Amino acid sequence: MSQVLSISNLKANVAGQEILKGLNLEVPQGEVHAIMGPNGSGKSTLAKVMAGHEDYEVTAGGITMNGEDLLAMEIDERSRAGFFLAFQYPLEIPGVSIANFIRAARQARLQKGDELDAVAFYKEMYGKMDELKIDRSFTGRAVNEGFSGGEKKRLEILQMMMLEPKYAVLDETDSGLDIDALKIVADGVNAMRSPERGFLVITHYQRLLDYIVPDVVHVLYKGEIIKTGGKELALELEDKGYDWVIQEFADQEVAVGV
Amino acid sequence: MAEAIAELEKIVSDELGKSASSWADAPLRAEQVENELAGDLPSWYLQMRDEAWRTFIAAPVPSRRDEAWRFANLKLTKFSGLQLAQTLEAGQAQALVERSVAGEKSAARLVFVNNALVSSEISDLPEGVICLPMNEALIQHGEKVREFFMQEEAQLGGKKFAALHGSGTLSGVFVHVPAGVELVGPVEVFHWMGGAERVILPHTLIVSGEGSTVSVIDHYQSIDEDAAALSIGMTDIVAGKNSKVNYVALQRLSRSDRQVQMGSTLVGEDAAVKTALINLGAAWVRNENISRMMASGARSDMLALNLAAANDEVDQRTLQLHEVENTQSDLFYKNALYDQAKTIFDGLIVVEKGAHHTDAFQTCRNLLNSDEAEANSMPGLQIDADQVRCSHGSTAGPIDPDQLFYCSTRGITEQAARQLISFGFLHEVIDRLDGDEIKEVVNRELEKAFKVVSE
Repeated sequence: MSQVLSISNLKANVAGQEILKGLNLEVPQGEVHAIMGPNGSGKSTLAKVMAGHEDYEVTAGGITMNGEDLLAMEIDERSRAGFFLAFQYPLEIPGVSIANFIRAARQARLQKGDELDAVAFYKEMYGKMDELKIDRSFTGRAVNEGFSGGEKKRLEILQMMMLEPKYAVLDETDSGLDIDALKIVADGVNAMRSPERGFLVITHYQRLLDYIVPDVVHVLYKGEIIKTGGKELALELEDKGYDWVIQEFADQEVAVGV
Repeated sequence: MAEAIAELEKIVSDELGKSASSWADAPLRAEQVENELAGDLPSWYLQMRDEAWRTFIAAPVPSRRDEAWRFANLKLTKFSGLQLAQTLEAGQAQALVERSVAGEKSAARLVFVNNALVSSEISDLPEGVICLPMNEALIQHGEKVREFFMQEEAQLGGKKFAALHGSGTLSGVFVHVPAGVELVGPVEVFHWMGGAERVILPHTLIVSGEGSTVSVIDHYQSIDEDAAALSIGMTDIVAGKNSKVNYVALQRLSRSDRQVQMGSTLVGEDAAVKTALINLGAAWVRNENISRMMASGARSDMLALNLAAANDEVDQRTLQLHEVENTQSDLFYKNALYDQAKTIFDGLIVVEKGAHHTDAFQTCRNLLNSDEAEANSMPGLQIDADQVRCSHGSTAGPIDPDQLFYCSTRGITEQAARQLISFGFLHEVIDRLDGDEIKEVVNRELEKAFKVVSE
């Protein structure tokens, strides 16, 4: 079976309006793909659809993960099957400590009746917190409550490290980060890169891709992928903006008589 | 003494003759007079008790027309044939003593079973500290008790209950910490109750001298699962200048028992009092709590954590009274409701004339885990001063779907996510408690009770 995260002809609505209009994309295991695009192109919609948010309605197409039908799964099943989304705006859960939150997520992956080894769990988590330069006292703090933007993003990466997904989607993980925090987050992601794992990095700016160097860059515009290239495409977009890509795409459509 | 008893019996029979009280019957009174014959109790106290009994007889039963009982299910307030709880045989009582597990650092552990003291372990307390069962305190330190004993009027609706409490033999403790003394570790008091229509009357009186520190935990527990017993308790706290008082009422009664718990907190200059009502059980809970900020710098934190399930009713009435300038109060109540449970919150902040620079906050939040649960809130604000910061807010609603979504994206099942979020919702109250040991014991008991309710 092909080890790939595959999105084919995906169409999705939000509040009755079509945002994704036949999106095609393949992220093979072991690769890092970036999706760039101007505001309103559908980047975050794609992330939410993959995670299974109820406000987003899939009207056509599909998503498979290593051959499994992702959209047929419940939200929590997707996660346990190996899908992970790092949120652009992580939610606050008052009163629920980070340790208890991540523990519950790990517990959910065990067989019924099995108990998590608490000592090993904390040891592992502290190690990863150290890598991400998250103070260990944070384990007792409520999930995302009163966190700075950078702290929230680092906590998302910590969760990713603790859950070891097969495919991770990072939705604008760079937004709200200063350069130091950005480097820490990128180091965390880079440490996770492996032949058994695929990444889809959604970003508005090329800056993040200096630190998480992608294998492939896609441009999303009005709900479709309109161009795909190597990592140099990101630099070109940074330099020249999106207009030339959009124009090129329009010309193509004229040429093929769409 | 015999004359006094005869006099009391006459009152009782007179009242019976008038049928003034079918609400609670006289055996309660007669029985106690017979049991006690405590010639050593101070006469002022015995007089107060008689007065309380007369007040009890005269006070009207809670009614629909009374604002203080709005939304309440009045059936729950009715009693007939109430009797003082019976003394258990030594073996049974001893078994309960063994189940009364206090923290390692506790300064004292006292165990009452059906209103009678069965065990008292008190460590070497600093000089001058009084920590005694009420009756002994009345005999040994009568004048000290008298100064503070039941001085506050029950003005939040429970006058009849307060009077019944005041008319009876009390269990519970008197804790007095003199100036400058820090009592390390909490005083833990266990109140066990059982027997249908049987009553216990636990009383807690805490007095802190200038610059002192003291913590007290009252544990309320049921002897048997479905006895339908009743506790009518009172906790009065008098915090002296610059002192610090921590108080927790940890109620984990069975779901057939009932509890009325009233309390007044008098906060002196620069003193800080934190009281927490932790209600994890009982079919009916009625809490009435008043905090009076009586001198500059006084601060009262009023916390409550309520886990209500089945047909429970948790009915809480509060008053934050700012009497002078430059005082603070913060009320923070959180209720998690399941099944057909019902909560009532009626809270008033009063900033009296001239009490400028007051900070007074009031928050009551209800998490509805069932469509059939019902939360009622009546927050109120009465300000008669300038430059005050006051806020009140109450909310009721189900779990935020976005929080559930976030948990789901991490692989947590919906049921586990609901438990996690609801537990966290209540845990915010524990986060505000002082002292690791107190936090631990409350957390442990919440975990146990929560597991039963949420699964």
